[in-house]
Amino acid sequence: MAISNKPIVWGPFAAGGTLTAFLTPVLILLTLLAALGHTPDLLAYDRLHAFAGHWLAKLAVAGVVFLSLWSAAHRLRITCYDLGVRADVAVATVVYAVALAGTGAAVLYLTKI
Amino acid sequence: MAEEVSRKPYVREMTYRWIFRHPRYLRYMAREFSCLFIGAWTLMMVWGLKQLAEGPAAWGAFLECLKSPASIVFHVIALGFAVYHSTTWFNLAPKALPLQIGEEFVPEAAIAGAHFAAWAVLSLAVFFLAGAF
Repeated sequence: MAISNKPIVWGPFAAGGTLTAFLTPVLILLTLLAALGHTPDLLAYDRLHAFAGHWLAKLAVAGVVFLSLWSAAHRLRITCYDLGVRADVAVATVVYAVALAGTGAAVLYLTKI
Repeated sequence: MAEEVSRKPYVREMTYRWIFRHPRYLRYMAREFSCLFIGAWTLMMVWGLKQLAEGPAAWGAFLECLKSPASIVFHVIALGFAVYHSTTWFNLAPKALPLQIGEEFVPEAAIAGAHFAAWAVLSLAVFFLAGAF
């Protein structure tokens, strides 16, 4: 039987696609409100810092960041292929590396909160 | 390998132009392009985490950056793409998760509808809990 790494890259893509479908619009709405000057209470420094100080929230935020970035990276990879870019290995390396670097950075910053 | 069989293998021209041949292809691309906005917004939030870790002044600067006109335009477009991603994802849910009870399959509209309802409830809950009202 052929060994494929497809389930490994596709699993987080499907999970991230579902997570972003449920969560991302309302989260963008929250930062949009902040952008319009109507900052939600949660985004005040004291409240957000206290929220992100809890280990469970850190875990959740890291998970959301990883799944969002991974599913976006995977979709971008497929889109590049669809648009005629045939250097799939190079594209895959770059997009997954950015997703992992973004997740790593998020974890690093979370540990400092 | 193709090179061993033919010295001049035919390479079909592959460009982006096919996406304009049918509205369905354009809708497909719009769905796929949602990843750029969801990814960019998430990276922006990672930067926000950095600012949050640095202290109140840095976080305040981040909130000020959010208020720039470019940021507002980005947010509006990103919100549109994010909502489009959600609707396409939930409409596909019955294909990805066909549900059988006894002999009968649960109607597709019921599965998609349940996803949309859960999305609405969850969004309202987050909106309330974040104190956005």
